[in-house]
Amino acid sequence: MDLWFRQIAAVLRLEMKKTFFSKRGWWIYCLAAGPVVITVLHWWVFEVRRVGGAFNHHLGDDSIIFASLFQFFYLRATIFFGCMGIFSNLFRGEMLEKTLHYYYLTPMRRELLVIGKYLSGLSVALVLFVGSTAAAFLTLARHFGPAWTDYLYHGPGMSQLGSYMLAAALGCVGYGAVFLMCGLFFRNPLIPAAVVFVWENLNPFLPTLLKKISVIFYLRSLCPVEVPVPPPFSVMVIDADPTPAWLAVPGLLVLSMILLAYTAMSARQTEINYGE
Amino acid sequence: MSAAAESVISFANVSRFYGEVLGINKVNLTIPPGVTSLVGPNGSGKTTLMNLMTGLIRPTQGEIKVLGISPYHPERLCKVVGYCAQFDSCPKGLTGYQFIYWFLRMHGLTPAECDRKTNTALERVSMTAAAGRPVGAYSKGMRQRVKLAQAIAHDPQVLVLDEPLNGLDPMARAETIALFREWGRNGRHVIVSSHILHEVDQISDQVILLSQGYVVAEGEIQGVRDEVKEQPMQILVRCNDPGGLAARLFQQDHMVEAKISRDRKGLLLRTTDADSFYLLLNRVILESGLEVESIAPADDDVNSVYQYLIGGEGGTL
Repeated sequence: MDLWFRQIAAVLRLEMKKTFFSKRGWWIYCLAAGPVVITVLHWWVFEVRRVGGAFNHHLGDDSIIFASLFQFFYLRATIFFGCMGIFSNLFRGEMLEKTLHYYYLTPMRRELLVIGKYLSGLSVALVLFVGSTAAAFLTLARHFGPAWTDYLYHGPGMSQLGSYMLAAALGCVGYGAVFLMCGLFFRNPLIPAAVVFVWENLNPFLPTLLKKISVIFYLRSLCPVEVPVPPPFSVMVIDADPTPAWLAVPGLLVLSMILLAYTAMSARQTEINYGE
Repeated sequence: MSAAAESVISFANVSRFYGEVLGINKVNLTIPPGVTSLVGPNGSGKTTLMNLMTGLIRPTQGEIKVLGISPYHPERLCKVVGYCAQFDSCPKGLTGYQFIYWFLRMHGLTPAECDRKTNTALERVSMTAAAGRPVGAYSKGMRQRVKLAQAIAHDPQVLVLDEPLNGLDPMARAETIALFREWGRNGRHVIVSSHILHEVDQISDQVILLSQGYVVAEGEIQGVRDEVKEQPMQILVRCNDPGGLAARLFQQDHMVEAKISRDRKGLLLRTTDADSFYLLLNRVILESGLEVESIAPADDDVNSVYQYLIGGEGGTL
């Protein structure tokens, strides 16, 4: 067991060394920084208006704005595509660079290699996307001054922040497992990623049973503020009871574990074929 | 499992297909310790054979054992096997030292052990001075050497090397060949594929000749040559009267051809019965008082064997 931990730790540290702040991942950093830039601009614009006396804005509006930003930008774009970039490259990138055989020639169980690579991707994703979520949330309504501080420390602010961070973290866990598998199985992970993207975005319109076979369903259940669906989409949306947090969190973790276990077992059968 | 089985690499009726394309077919091999060269033209199955014995690919049928270990158990196999593959690629963003060190860490060794083994491996391929530079900034020859260092760093019992001399300068080639021979003498398995036949001759204790996925011949080069009965043996005799020697030898049935060299001191003979030829030659020398400078087989090298069995020009394939 001690050997396994040392081997996983070695993979984790090597991958972190290779992938953190790598030039290849510049667009992922841009994705993570994007919402923070938007919220900083939002704060700055309203700060200017507040000073100018043209301020007819409520804290509740910003709460809805952040909920929309989180559900439509973070979950559906930033975390989805960010995880795609990070996790699908963990194996596929090595195949493209013809370096996967170095890992396969070490005396470690291939399952441990999958776990090590997954954990390294997850570490990067958590730092980027949970960090970005927290930064965006804390920046968005700063122009409210003491009211914002009061909302944070004596109102529901911290609890909401915790829920958003948990949803972001679980998003990384779930999408990470999906895209790690895609990277191992598909020569071009963009095709399965497109399928997953369409499936996840069709989620509101799917029957209740099918809704549950997706990551976004569980993540939306964890979001503390509901975003009203505008017409005409509101007519097409099929309502389903949100999964309670005590079920959504372990549900997503179990789904991710199943995908990871399948990937790990498949990695044992994977051959090194760089297409030559 | 017997001790003999644990000291060899064995292929039992192994085939590997890539879809409908043949990689290797019905290969039965037993590779003893020492330096073994895989020789054959492009697409003959050399790399397939190497990938199979290192567990990077799996056979379509048949069984492989490397020192008694199945390639289906990489956690056991990769402790005893080091593989320097043909791909000219190393993980990006790492220095030569980090490249070796971090893959050693995946063996589960302590940091101190990894550091010591990394430095030893770098020293063996004369790369200590460049160890701190990124691998991406290395020349092709340096990358080849650092890949070799990475393959030998964990001190494997079986070393598999796909075109290991590619890109090396003459000095590095000589050093690397010396390293292979030393490893072979120490009772390890060194499996080398090379296109350069005169280097194969220098390195190898035994050869495996492959053509179109089949093993055409295997064993010590001399033995393989002896098995090629349909091709007369060539023997070069250097003496003071090659014309007289040719006249006396050519009375025998087994002599096929005799050619006198341009300097009039060498006689190249072709015979279908080498044993009878040597007996006859001894008698002729004793009877005629001929001054003989040297007697040497002229076609028991890999190049000749390759030409006889596979065809083509030989030399550099």
